[in-house]
Amino acid sequence: MVISSVAALRERWGDAVERVTESCGDTIVYLRRAEAHDILAWLRDTTGQEFNYLTDVTAVEYRDPERALELVYQLRSLGRREDLRVKVALEKSEPLEVRSVYDLWHGADWLEREVYDMFGITFAGHPDLRRILMWETYAEGFPLRKDFPLRGHFSRAEQTRQALAANPEAHYSLEELSIADAFGELPKDMQERLARGERGVVK
Amino acid sequence: MGLVNPATANAGDAGTMMSEASGNFVTTKLDFLTNWARSNSLWPMPFGTACCAIEYMATAASRFDLARFGMERQSFSPRQADVFICAGRVPFKLAPVLRRIWDQMPQPKWCISMGACASTGGIFDNYTIVQGIDTIIPVDVYVPGCPPRPEGLLYGITLLQKKIRGESFTDELIREEKLVGADGLFLPAERVDELSEPFGNSVHQTRSSW
Repeated sequence: MVISSVAALRERWGDAVERVTESCGDTIVYLRRAEAHDILAWLRDTTGQEFNYLTDVTAVEYRDPERALELVYQLRSLGRREDLRVKVALEKSEPLEVRSVYDLWHGADWLEREVYDMFGITFAGHPDLRRILMWETYAEGFPLRKDFPLRGHFSRAEQTRQALAANPEAHYSLEELSIADAFGELPKDMQERLARGERGVVK
Repeated sequence: MGLVNPATANAGDAGTMMSEASGNFVTTKLDFLTNWARSNSLWPMPFGTACCAIEYMATAASRFDLARFGMERQSFSPRQADVFICAGRVPFKLAPVLRRIWDQMPQPKWCISMGACASTGGIFDNYTIVQGIDTIIPVDVYVPGCPPRPEGLLYGITLLQKKIRGESFTDELIREEKLVGADGLFLPAERVDELSEPFGNSVHQTRSSW
């Protein structure tokens, strides 16, 4: 059953809602890339929509090489107990770039990093767009793209050599290794406990 | 094997037994004594990454009781460990970590590769998994299985003990570990490729790219 949000979306955004389908009881809305971020913001903030929880961000590439990649946002309204799947088609002839939704849902941080890591889609405005599953110096490409061979592009020896040359500690930023930067925002009792000189804290 | 009273033992085993001349001293071969001590006090460094680690835990628990073989102490610090037991598949991202832990273990040290994935990559013949940890570190005993049952791991451990008892204290080459070139590879590149070749059902997976 197509949920009531669709009618409201169509009324407010017109042609920017390209297509609406239903699959296994889920409503799927295809949005035009240019307006996608505005519409997602509208879905989050408008009374009666209130999709305040971003369940997942992922992407799909189909076997047909002409067919566009689809970026998938799975939204949920925790208050209204309703789900909505939003898709944005990204033509392969154009740069694979969309606006990050990190400013709407902070939970998009790692989800968008994963999509970038696996599909090579870049998110403009993301605060820290690095690879998240593969190591940061990984040079073979984007593994979930259809043109990526199952065993990777490089020979096993080269893969092993590059893996061994990696310095695992170097992949963590200073903020990740140290809680010093977050010190001011910690609860007061925790600050007192840490100030007594536990490791990792710069006084 | 072990400490044997020559009065009751077979005469043919004289080379590998301790002979008791009086109550206060024994004569034996140094090799036999060191190997006897080493093989019966192996401290394992568990490197569990997957389901094999569950079987490893079962092996260490009371029913199978790893402690019976002198492995009472699970050494979770590589500095105080003798046997590296890799239980589970190793992704390339983990390869430098595994190598680092192996380097941190003091000699003499041995390695058991537990299960199909650690030994060959197993079903994971893809872009992320190391195709056998023997492309990264030397391996003494391979335990087959997916995952191996505790009996399988115990058999591997007794095989390793047997191997240790055959070592010579004076053989310096036995502990020698050379890196090939400056890039950190432990085997020549062509040998790594050869070891990593697809086999079995895996050869049918080459149609991954069109």
